[in-house]
Amino acid sequence: MITVKLKNKTGSFAENKDIARDIRLNILIPAIERGEKVVLDFQGINSATQSFVHALISDLMRKYGVDVIEKISFKSCNEVIQKIITIVIDYMQESSN
Amino acid sequence: MKIFIPNSAFLGNINPFLRGFVPKSGEKLEIGANEKWIAVHPVVLVMVAALGLPLKAEQVFFEKLTARSAHYLERMGLFKFLGIDSGIKIIEHESAGRFIPLTQIRNSQELSGFITEIVPLLHLNPLQTDALRYVISELVRNVIEHADSPVGAIVAAQYYSKNNTIRIGISDTGVGIKSTINRHHFAKSNLAAIQLALTPGITGTTSREGGTESNAGAGLFFIKSIAKVSREFFVIYSGDALYKLLKEPIGKSKKLFADPFKDKHSSEESLPVWQGTVVGVDISLNDTQEFSDLLDLIREVYSKTVRERKREKYRKPKFI
Repeated sequence: MITVKLKNKTGSFAENKDIARDIRLNILIPAIERGEKVVLDFQGINSATQSFVHALISDLMRKYGVDVIEKISFKSCNEVIQKIITIVIDYMQESSN
Repeated sequence: MKIFIPNSAFLGNINPFLRGFVPKSGEKLEIGANEKWIAVHPVVLVMVAALGLPLKAEQVFFEKLTARSAHYLERMGLFKFLGIDSGIKIIEHESAGRFIPLTQIRNSQELSGFITEIVPLLHLNPLQTDALRYVISELVRNVIEHADSPVGAIVAAQYYSKNNTIRIGISDTGVGIKSTINRHHFAKSNLAAIQLALTPGITGTTSREGGTESNAGAGLFFIKSIAKVSREFFVIYSGDALYKLLKEPIGKSKKLFADPFKDKHSSEESLPVWQGTVVGVDISLNDTQEFSDLLDLIREVYSKTVRERKREKYRKPKFI
């Protein structure tokens, strides 16, 4: 299992989609390809945009199917971030059904 | 080009200002202003700045300003942007607590830096600025990714402590919404393109549900929703079309609609053509819980919309 501390990369407001893409391509996809579980640690992040979360996880769901979410845990998310992640996962599942 | 800064132009009464704008005709910009009073939304300033930015100072003609309130234009950085001397002498105060002056943002790094500076600039607590940072980030990223704008995005904002509201303007001089949307959808007019762009799940980058790895087509829907829940205005102007979300009366439910034409709104076509896109939005910072509550409403509408759109595409049995 690997843990990705996002605050170090994004600052307290996670909005930079380029950073999300880098994390996805360089950390998440290789980990999932190796069969590892991933913890995305939002400790210290006050808020995130839907675009950031979409750029972080939507392609994983498209590439590996919605079950890939079972391999990802979202740690230390405040209420707003939890809701944004839920929105993205919901619409990606609706899209793939 | 000609543009006239009137005595009053906020999102509620912006239409006459837009109707008076004369688009490109020769390589010069003539700017006029009301001689007695100037009180305008930042969206007016970002439009003037975007028009003037590519020009040399000698191509910009600004009428002699006589309105006492004209120092506002100086404070917001308009003349600096245009490279001209206003002749207005003011004692510079710190901008902290009141406004974000005109700022040009051309790439992702500049945007991230700008977002970081907003909170201390306005002297607000981070929770109060969730919606503000959200709006600026999503709108400017739209410009950077889709607009192909020679000037990037021009941003300005003004905080009004009286009603704890922030007014934001963002402009670009790029390809416009119709051109972006029509890469993968069909919009016969600028207004139809705006309607599609405001619909959740519609993006100019693909016709596929769920979007691409980096675009979902949700940004503008979120922003319109933030304004709606705030019971404030949201305006989008691209090509010859204007869409304006109108204020909801207090007491009326804050139901969100996927189709922006179902919201209380006004629209206008055949306006002078703005080559690019202009967005103006007002946000109330009164209730920080509202942003979280809004996300519940968005989740409900978004998923339902995607589900229904997919269902419309289902093959139907042919009974003979």
